[in-house]
Amino acid sequence: VIMADLMQPFWQGGPSPGLFYEYPGKWSSDVASPSDARNRTSQPTVTGTSVLGLKFTGGVIIAADTLGSYGSMARFRNVSRVMKVNDSTILSAAGDYADFQFIKAEIEQMVIDEEVLNDGFFMSPGAVHSWMTRMLYHRRSKFDPLWNSVTVAGFYNGESFLGSVDKIGIAFKSASVASGFGAYLAQPLMRKAIEDNGDNLSYEKARHVIEECLKVLYYRDARSYNRYEIAVVTKDGVKIEKPSSSKPDWNVANVVRGFE
Amino acid sequence: MEAVKQGSATIGLKSKTHAVLVALKRAQSDLIAHQKKIEKISPHIGISISGLTSDARSLGNYMRSECMHHEFLFNTRLPVSRLVAAVGDKTQTPTQRYGRRPFGVGILVAGFDEKGPHIYQTCPSANYYNCKAMAIGSRSQSARTYLERHLNEFADCTPEELVRHGLTALRETLPSEQELSVKNCSVAVVGEGQDLVAYEDEQVSIFLDLLEEKRSSRNVPAPQQQEAGQVGELPGLVPPVSGQPREDEEQPMDM
Repeated sequence: VIMADLMQPFWQGGPSPGLFYEYPGKWSSDVASPSDARNRTSQPTVTGTSVLGLKFTGGVIIAADTLGSYGSMARFRNVSRVMKVNDSTILSAAGDYADFQFIKAEIEQMVIDEEVLNDGFFMSPGAVHSWMTRMLYHRRSKFDPLWNSVTVAGFYNGESFLGSVDKIGIAFKSASVASGFGAYLAQPLMRKAIEDNGDNLSYEKARHVIEECLKVLYYRDARSYNRYEIAVVTKDGVKIEKPSSSKPDWNVANVVRGFE
Repeated sequence: MEAVKQGSATIGLKSKTHAVLVALKRAQSDLIAHQKKIEKISPHIGISISGLTSDARSLGNYMRSECMHHEFLFNTRLPVSRLVAAVGDKTQTPTQRYGRRPFGVGILVAGFDEKGPHIYQTCPSANYYNCKAMAIGSRSQSARTYLERHLNEFADCTPEELVRHGLTALRETLPSEQELSVKNCSVAVVGEGQDLVAYEDEQVSIFLDLLEEKRSSRNVPAPQQQEAGQVGELPGLVPPVSGQPREDEEQPMDM
């Protein structure tokens, strides 16, 4: 009886001595605590869609459109998602654009640090790919990922390099890579081209394939945009071209019924 | 600085494709094993030390961890120059902080990277030098003289010939009663298509045998200079006229 008296709440709705600490709102899920934001997996905000990459004899091409989507809104239409790392490496990212900007700033600083050392050594495409893998895997292990699919391409020691890293740290090298919708729509086209040419694509053929894929993506990816940047790396260095567009053929619209 | 001069001699030299280290291991007494001088830092870098062994271990561990860290992040081998610069940065701090003492060890670094083979020397002063060939440690001046004399031959040597030059130079540093043997010698080789290999004990005999072949046809050169306080230890030495020891001609360590 005495114990029951002692376990009365101090005031109505207030804490009771001897009980686990109860307070208003403890069990209500719409009260978010400040620590949740740090611990929870992030969500992308402004996003870029597919990035394509394709090796050819003597170099690599990558392509990405210049759209930063805000959900379903085509909000930022002149956004560059391709960066030059150094004279032998380029990098492009799909996914959250802010995270790409962070990666870009980190890498640019690493390149500056190397220039300052001035010892004739510079990051190879393989080194950039490896660093990217370590960085992305580390972040995902903290449950705080950089929400990107990164493509690293380059030409080093006479060989083409093309690699991909995911937001969860899945990394691999391949003759053709594509992120986002490109993985479903463009990758089969690129792989077919590689197979038909005996793994020995010329620059012109590779370029043609990439442009075809970009057109297909514009037709079918609802978050794409008809303005893209193409970047090429060869032994002569890096060239990121001015944005261009595909010439889509909408004649098929004539036979479509039901959307008039 | 003194500690480095008191440690037993070690020599590094390189050709166009390889870098080698040879070292004379010292035993405090017959009861104690010869002190290891050559350590592997990574598949492409080896070091040889002269001076305080404990400080050498500390720096060696640091060098290993730098190499591993770089390989983990970038999947490429750490350029030798960058590793040596990192050692220089680390050893500089205790030369400028109150209450700390410099690392009492001189290191010869032999490494191979994209720019070819390298020999670097680091000092307790935190200076480091990119060398074509170098000898440090006790009585190393005779070895340096040998290296200077034969410098132009090294570029085209095979690794075996490099080691033979190294051992010949090492022999110059020995007191007359000592001989190079598998007990007191170690060798390391690294280079193009050849990850670092260190040779100890019995394995060194293949190189010592090369030396024997040459010995019979070799003219013994007169050693040029004498270390302070060690008059008369090497055959053919001329003691200083005035009776005062000559100025040491060790590589200056800017302090």
